[in-house]
Amino acid sequence: MDLKLDHRTEDRLTIVEVEGEIDVYTAPRLRELLIDLVNKGNFHLLVNMEKVDFLDSTGLGVLVGGLKRVRAHDGSLELVCTQERILKIFRITGLTKVFGIYASVDEAKEAHGKDK
Amino acid sequence: MATVELTFSALPAHVRTARLVATAIARRTGVEESLLDEVRLAVGEACSRAVEAHRAHCPGEPIRIELKDDSGRFEVTVSDQAPSDEIKPEEPLDLGMLSDSFMTGFGIAVIAGLADDVEVLPSPKGMRIRMSWPAAANGHPR
Repeated sequence: MDLKLDHRTEDRLTIVEVEGEIDVYTAPRLRELLIDLVNKGNFHLLVNMEKVDFLDSTGLGVLVGGLKRVRAHDGSLELVCTQERILKIFRITGLTKVFGIYASVDEAKEAHGKDK
Repeated sequence: MATVELTFSALPAHVRTARLVATAIARRTGVEESLLDEVRLAVGEACSRAVEAHRAHCPGEPIRIELKDDSGRFEVTVSDQAPSDEIKPEEPLDLGMLSDSFMTGFGIAVIAGLADDVEVLPSPKGMRIRMSWPAAANGHPR
């Protein structure tokens, strides 16, 4: 399956919906989207990974790159993910300590609202 | 022993094909369903690393994968032809040091966390990554 990307903004939070496979072939498209969002002033990003079938270290690199960019503007990049197969790669790499990972978009929005 | 060999050009689009082939053969060899995601990710990481290395050093040369059903093990070897004299030692995660393309060698760290048994053989003539998982003694289609 290829990669489908969509995004919407709710309050100050930009929700990025990702569906499909994030790998060495498709990750550049996600990178471009994240860069574009940051360049347009969206500094609080929530990436919904619930429909991601596959994620490799190239995809992790893109997420880390996005995190670096938003942090430069005192922003945030957090994730929604409950799939064990995806969470496993975050755990192996220690990135569970770097990203806020939520069980649902609503849970993330609630947490984000409290931080404001 | 049954062996399947696959060679592909150093293009990112082919990595997915390599993943699919490896997963299909792993299933046929009798690797447990619960391990197939690990096979898919580890083979993908090894192939992605090889593609990036070839694109930097020898974009015209093919990458080779060998998949073997050998004595109750499913063994995958990914070989590239890009010079790799050394592997950088793992360093503590420092967000400021990470680039978008991530650290060299990070994919190998992921493979090490996934495969049951991994051997990384760098050399001036290319790197070989051999990894294996337990499979049914007499691999068979399900």
